Amino acid sequence: MFFGLSEEQEQFQDYVKKFLTDNVTVDEIRKIANGEDQALQQEVYSGLINLGINALLVPEEHGGLGADLLSAVAVAQGLGSGVGPIPFAGAYVMAPIALNLAGSEEQQKKYLPEIVSNQTKFGVGLSEYVAAREDAGIDLANGKANGKALFVIDGDQADYFLLANKGGVMFLVDANDKGLEKIKLTSVDKTRSYLELTLKNVAAEVLPNSENDPELAKKVLDAGRIIFAADSLGASETMIEKAVSYAKERKQFNRVIGSFQAVKHMCAEMASDLEPCYAMLWQAAHSFDHAPDEARLQACQAKSHISEVAKMISKKATEVHGGMGFTDLLGLHYWFKRIGLNRQLLGGPELIREEAAEIQGFNQ
Amino acid sequence: MDLNYGAEYEEFRQDVQAFCKEYQGVSFKSESTDNQMHDALSGSSTTEKTAKEVTRSEWQKILIEKGFIARAIPKEYGGYGGETDIIKSRIIATEFSKAKIPGGMGGQGIDMLVPTLLEWGSEEQKQKYIRPTLHGEMIWCQGYSEPNAGSDLASLQTKGELIDGNWVINGQKIWTSTAQYSQMMFCLVRTEPEAPKHSGISFILIPMDTPGIEIRPLVDMTLKAGFNEVFFDDVTVPEENIVAKRGEGWSVANSVLGHERGSLADPNATMNRLNTLINMMKEQTIDGRRLIDIPSYRDRLMQVQGKVMASQAHSLRLLSSKINPGQNVKLGGMIQKLVGTELRHELEGLAIDVLGEIGTLYEDSPYLKEDGSFQFTYMYFLGLIIGGGTNQIQKNIISERGLGMPKEPKITEAS
Repeated sequence: MFFGLSEEQEQFQDYVKKFLTDNVTVDEIRKIANGEDQALQQEVYSGLINLGINALLVPEEHGGLGADLLSAVAVAQGLGSGVGPIPFAGAYVMAPIALNLAGSEEQQKKYLPEIVSNQTKFGVGLSEYVAAREDAGIDLANGKANGKALFVIDGDQADYFLLANKGGVMFLVDANDKGLEKIKLTSVDKTRSYLELTLKNVAAEVLPNSENDPELAKKVLDAGRIIFAADSLGASETMIEKAVSYAKERKQFNRVIGSFQAVKHMCAEMASDLEPCYAMLWQAAHSFDHAPDEARLQACQAKSHISEVAKMISKKATEVHGGMGFTDLLGLHYWFKRIGLNRQLLGGPELIREEAAEIQGFNQ
Repeated sequence: MDLNYGAEYEEFRQDVQAFCKEYQGVSFKSESTDNQMHDALSGSSTTEKTAKEVTRSEWQKILIEKGFIARAIPKEYGGYGGETDIIKSRIIATEFSKAKIPGGMGGQGIDMLVPTLLEWGSEEQKQKYIRPTLHGEMIWCQGYSEPNAGSDLASLQTKGELIDGNWVINGQKIWTSTAQYSQMMFCLVRTEPEAPKHSGISFILIPMDTPGIEIRPLVDMTLKAGFNEVFFDDVTVPEENIVAKRGEGWSVANSVLGHERGSLADPNATMNRLNTLINMMKEQTIDGRRLIDIPSYRDRLMQVQGKVMASQAHSLRLLSSKINPGQNVKLGGMIQKLVGTELRHELEGLAIDVLGEIGTLYEDSPYLKEDGSFQFTYMYFLGLIIGGGTNQIQKNIISERGLGMPKEPKITEAS
């Protein structure tokens, strides 16, 4: 019996963390976030692709690493801890899982190897499948998609988009389709892209297995939620580390502020609320592949619980930094905002808890 | 990640399940009126009574013989004489909890004194005290806290003087649970008044029927589980009742305090209480509507469920770190008392809130749900949040030992 990340998974995570600490300082994050240095962003993106994060979830028969979701979680924790300004949850987790579960053999042969070579990039828009705002939503009929998809992730450089209608039928659309319009949305979190898509008679390539099995879209959703939870957990870990180390240096009243119980207790509260989240997250990821009966509930609870804990940490860690925490200079806000976006993506805690209740048959 | 324990353990699990089936519905001959509340705390149910009645002591002996408790304690002292096996302990706890079979006795004697004697006691002390303690025939209380030595325990002042081969003890202890039922007390006493505060303390065993001991009940807010104050007026015990050497008492006490903190918040018990709460929310109604169908209540329930699931997963990770040397859990163990007691308090408090006015009923009132255990446990866990090292002290420990933050500077001279 072993409960935790394997040595290999930890090592992969360390590579990601080390790459981000070595190559993406707060100044560089700021440049990328402000759109001032696209070459740098591309460099960071390529560097992480060189580590193989895109190939993780693609089966070996299609040239990938054939890893399980827990490995992707290990990576996502690393990306969150360094606010990695690259696509991941949509492009390299949800897209390959959707193709794997719901795609035809032909689609798998065509697209999966191209995820490994990173020649084809996928944006993902499942927000309306979860909860449609602003009357958005996509109708699918006779191979054509019409409507609007909001809050599409990883779509900046996407060649295709993975979308779904309200019934959970998943399909791909070509980013160059004439009927497709991309509109940039600006979120607080500028480390990742956010799009609106409008579709007018856009050719839709349906992932056939999702037509008669609505559970498949939910499975894709579970994976995405677990990954966003992992990202928030990684970001929270860094925020605690930064708060603790700041508190050990900053002096007031002739003492380091970390010797005041008011400050120490905030740090202890953050650490002790976060600590059980690791196990919860890893268990959910493990169940995704190996314990299907428990997987949906665990994915929902992991996303909502970790979102709550991360929100608390993003606030307290900022407070420990005092006025500096509030400045752009320190850049702590990049982690704060990353956690803020992860919390709402694919359903905020209240919506997901309602789903968790439904899974257990509580709300009749 | 590998959540299988392996074939050997699955076989063991089947043995445990067979045992649980054999003793399904076992209950205790009413020796004590506290059984019901004891069951609520441990998450087991008293509602299914059958003819199988045993005394607590008989139950202890059955469990020891099977190796389900006292597993690693040598046979010569009354234990099972096996090896410590954390996975087996986990399986036993899980299966007992599922089957709602009562586990072994806890309490200061079994949880605290026995491990202390095994580590520090003389051969005579081990022979004399461990067996009757394990059998539930010798109940112990703990004499640590004093009115002026709470969180700052090492400043305790109860005095012990060695006079003519006897310890003569004077002073006062407080928060002494079960003193009124106990045959024995293990007590921290200042025997070296000249030494620095941590090295002037000795660990002494005191029979509670010794002349000069006065026990005054100190009723707590639950009005059920009682504390006591214990006064010592020239209480005289033989010199050999000291455990370890003079002045080593602080080290002796500290070697098992960690154990107490961990045992205050059993995740199995918390899961059982969550299930009790869920069932209650499906049965009870407001204006004919089930409590669980009221969205605000349901959302709070789901929040608590998330925390319970996190703490269950966390306990698996801790278990894993104990059987896989080198697995780093960092703060993992340190947070258990803080997180576990707060969670349990929140869970019981939610049950009261969803019951509304019904939730305020207590003792033998009509309309009482679950024997009033929600109210009792809600208050009792507030006691645990304060006791066993207050949760504020826990936060000091976590920030200092876990996060490496500096201690509060000492004030040179307190006013």
